[in-house]
Amino acid sequence: MIEPVNSAAADVSISTADFDAGVEIEKLRRAGVGAIATFSGIVRNDAETPGLIAMTLEHFPGMTEQEIQSIIDQARRRWPLTAVKVIHRVGRLLPQENIVFVGTASAHRQSAFDSASFIMDYLKTRAPFWKKEETSSGAQWVEARETDDIALQKWVEPR
Amino acid sequence: MNILYFAWMREHTGCASEEIDLPDGVSTVADLVPHLASRSDGHATALRNLKTVRVAVNRTYGALDTQISQGDEVAFFPPVTGG
Repeated sequence: MIEPVNSAAADVSISTADFDAGVEIEKLRRAGVGAIATFSGIVRNDAETPGLIAMTLEHFPGMTEQEIQSIIDQARRRWPLTAVKVIHRVGRLLPQENIVFVGTASAHRQSAFDSASFIMDYLKTRAPFWKKEETSSGAQWVEARETDDIALQKWVEPR
Repeated sequence: MNILYFAWMREHTGCASEEIDLPDGVSTVADLVPHLASRSDGHATALRNLKTVRVAVNRTYGALDTQISQGDEVAFFPPVTGG
């Protein structure tokens, strides 16, 4: 069955279930355009965060979907996008498991690259998710990073 | 009205949500905070440093000066860390 590529309802998925980036790219291909850009976020392995056992993601059901949809709507106004897909997992995730997928389809590469980057930068600072890291020395909430706010500044349009 | 807490704020308050009546004289989020903070030591801890707290009123980002009324949903949470 061919799923609609432009339906707003299909743009965002928040789930405990894993996703397959390859399958998502195939769905974006149905938009029939010349460029697809994707980003996959993955739970870091031990080398980056010593002793990391798992990461638990909590979110604000309802507001999360609404915020991500609003980010996608802004991206669609800014770039000529044929299809967009954002998937974010919640619950307990182990190192190397998928966390987030952003895919954008457009006629040209720059729109696809830029919109995917824009969506990720906004998602990181606006979408209500919180990560708690479980390590061998205990569990703690991840603190927000100032660099994520700085990343947003490059998207401010000149007035 | 319904008050929601997330992440470490929820752990401090000991509840994800609570129903309260809009206290007399409260018209903004800032007015509401002392009433919530007085509910328990955990609430006071959660709401101690408002610089580290974000607010959403009816699932839209707000601020301390956002107007609220009976029936609104007011959510308190730390800066977000998804992605």
